[in-house]
Amino acid sequence: MFYREAGQFKTSYAADMAIFPILQDRIGLAVILAIAFIAIPLFGSNFLIQTVMIPFLVFALAAIGLNILTGYTGLISLGSGAFMGVGAYACYKLTTIFPGVNIIVWILASGFFAAAIGVVFGLPSLRIKGFYLTVATLAAQFFLQWSFVRIPWLYNYNASGAIEVPQRLLAGIPVTGANATPVTRYLVLLSIVILLTWIASNLVHGRIGRSWMAVRDMDIAAELMGIRLLPAKLLSFAVSSFYCGVAGACMMFLWYGGGEANDAFNINQSFTILFMVIIGGLGSIIGSYFGAAFISILPTALKFGLPAMGIALSGPVAEHLNYIILGVLILFFLIVEPHGLARLWQVGKQKLRVWPFPY
Amino acid sequence: MKKSALALGLVVGALVGTPALHEASAQESVYVPLFTYRTGPFAGSGIPIADGMRDYLEMLNQRDGGIGGVKIVIEECETGYDTKKGVECYEAVKDKKPVLTNPYSTGITLQLIPRASVDKIPMLSMAYGLSASADGTVFPWIFNPPATYWDGASVMVTYMAQQLGGFDKLKGKKLGLIHLDAPFGKEPIPLLENLAKEYGFELKLYPIAAADMQNQSGTWLAIRRDRPDFIYNQGFGAMNPTAVKEAIRNNYPVGKMVGVWWAGGDDDARGGGAEAKGYKALSFNQTGVDYPVMQDIIKHVFDKKLSKVENRNRIGEALYNRGVYNSMLIAEAIRTAQRITGKKVVDGADVRRGLEGLDITEARLKELGMEGFAAPVRVTCADHNGHNKAFVAEWDGGKYVKASDWIEPIKNKVRPLIEAAAKEYASSNTGWPKRSEACDKPS
Repeated sequence: MFYREAGQFKTSYAADMAIFPILQDRIGLAVILAIAFIAIPLFGSNFLIQTVMIPFLVFALAAIGLNILTGYTGLISLGSGAFMGVGAYACYKLTTIFPGVNIIVWILASGFFAAAIGVVFGLPSLRIKGFYLTVATLAAQFFLQWSFVRIPWLYNYNASGAIEVPQRLLAGIPVTGANATPVTRYLVLLSIVILLTWIASNLVHGRIGRSWMAVRDMDIAAELMGIRLLPAKLLSFAVSSFYCGVAGACMMFLWYGGGEANDAFNINQSFTILFMVIIGGLGSIIGSYFGAAFISILPTALKFGLPAMGIALSGPVAEHLNYIILGVLILFFLIVEPHGLARLWQVGKQKLRVWPFPY
Repeated sequence: MKKSALALGLVVGALVGTPALHEASAQESVYVPLFTYRTGPFAGSGIPIADGMRDYLEMLNQRDGGIGGVKIVIEECETGYDTKKGVECYEAVKDKKPVLTNPYSTGITLQLIPRASVDKIPMLSMAYGLSASADGTVFPWIFNPPATYWDGASVMVTYMAQQLGGFDKLKGKKLGLIHLDAPFGKEPIPLLENLAKEYGFELKLYPIAAADMQNQSGTWLAIRRDRPDFIYNQGFGAMNPTAVKEAIRNNYPVGKMVGVWWAGGDDDARGGGAEAKGYKALSFNQTGVDYPVMQDIIKHVFDKKLSKVENRNRIGEALYNRGVYNSMLIAEAIRTAQRITGKKVVDGADVRRGLEGLDITEARLKELGMEGFAAPVRVTCADHNGHNKAFVAEWDGGKYVKASDWIEPIKNKVRPLIEAAAKEYASSNTGWPKRSEACDKPS
């Protein structure tokens, strides 16, 4: 009914292979983009933009990064928090050494540093698999976090030990630092996230993505079919770390505005992103968005949304409720749909398509 | 896609209106948000501090009808000691015109420092946060009285000299610094290195990684080997009771171990049992309820069941009283702002001036019912800290008691460090605003 594609004929291979073959999907996407680019900046309060949308976008980007590695290539990593840190510190060093260069360039360039570090820690992935690889990436997490605290050069010997984000302009408007308005930062972040999502989508639907999925499904078979395992796995590590690195740089520069590694890039962060990927749906770009929304927006909505709707909760009670509700929902989703919210969305779409005459 | 758009719309709808809904209702009121952490890994220290802060302000509302006839609207926002949640709290309270913020976490403080001057909301980070913010010429909106971590470390060295019989006796002695391996813990190192060179004592560092707070056996092996004459503990959370327990297990004399003020919670020492007797920590507030102000809190707040404290014995604990002290600074800043401006309902910019004019003398402390409870505090335009006196408190098995005189920090060593750090902060943050706020004449 809602999704009936009757009358939509595909006349070329390109149309048939399109990522959004159905007209309704394309309209939906356009509507979402319009809301994100026009409605939210115009009508959203600073609170909505700063504490809901910006964190959501940062986490969505990080989740896409981890999804490339874990969902598409089947390599579980617990180092994504640290790779985000590499991006953030790289961006900080770059912009303080070369203050004249546009900050957006540095945010994107910092991803390459994270990618390089990711490749180094991805090297063992050829020999070790599964849980053992997870432990190897855990080493990355601890080692990098240790470096962030122990190498004062990384934070320019600040007495506070933290990154202090300087003000940077884009066309005369501050985009980082305290004078940057949430709307500016949001629009910059949104543009970066959409650009990178588009690239990721093209990557995973193309030859590279297929080779990753072949490796994920059975690496020996993939090797026999002519996929070189080491380059495929390392590329996956590199791309994944690139995304995480950019997300980390965005987190520090466009969201936090400064901070320190123990606080922002600790092991909890790595777990949070892994949960987002698992709950959102392994091997799905849209699932990364669902997962990020679920884990990052829900607590804020519960904490500030319930009191706004007239349900008075004291801070600690709301906080405890948060943990309970989130925990129960995670269990619920994992039992009802182990393949994550993305699969749930697919099922829902299918149901809508045949409604009201299911067969 | 439609479903997610709808869901997005719902969330948007629910959140767009959020801050507008609970505006301060009464006209004649000042809004004081308290960022507190009653949950999370550090709730043990967060709960007594939150209770103390809240109860003092509530007592003013109950006893005096607020400050200068203006009611205080108190709102707690739960941070769980998490920076992300703390910043959320800030965004949620920002539009409700708070007269000041009170982040109660170094991580949150660092985030909010650049925003304070933009949003015109002063910030009080009482003896935590960024030490450099004591320089009022660079940080007009940030205040961190009564003392910085550098002051604390210098008080420790003075105390050590007092115990040994003079600064000249420090030569050849060993001072161990157990510290959290994070910016907070590493902060005293440059000052202590400085003083070690000056007085000829040896500084030994014992870093504890944040993940190893409760696993310090390796560190204590090193301490056993080095046998430092005194140990200064710049620790937080679970690290402190663990250090006390390890000291006992390793036969290190607990009485030679002095914690920074955040290592001076009742639970920090209690964990060590009877043998923890003699453990010391720096403090700038007394414990117990033998002060008129504490009696008023019990009478006007606890007895009326307006407090969140359930057990009467917890009123008067070191950290509870520190919360009271924190709120006293808030209240006095608001009162000073009312006096300077002549307005009854003050705003953030007024309270910034109030904080700069803060001068709590012995006489004023007596009026507040805090004679002997705390030392006088004076903040000026250039000096947003005051580098006020602290003392060493000793755990007697059930509570902390004062175990030294009020000790003056070595200000001429601390101040240059602060000014250098402040200058560096301003120069590394391009676009850091020059101070444009005029100074009030001291009254």
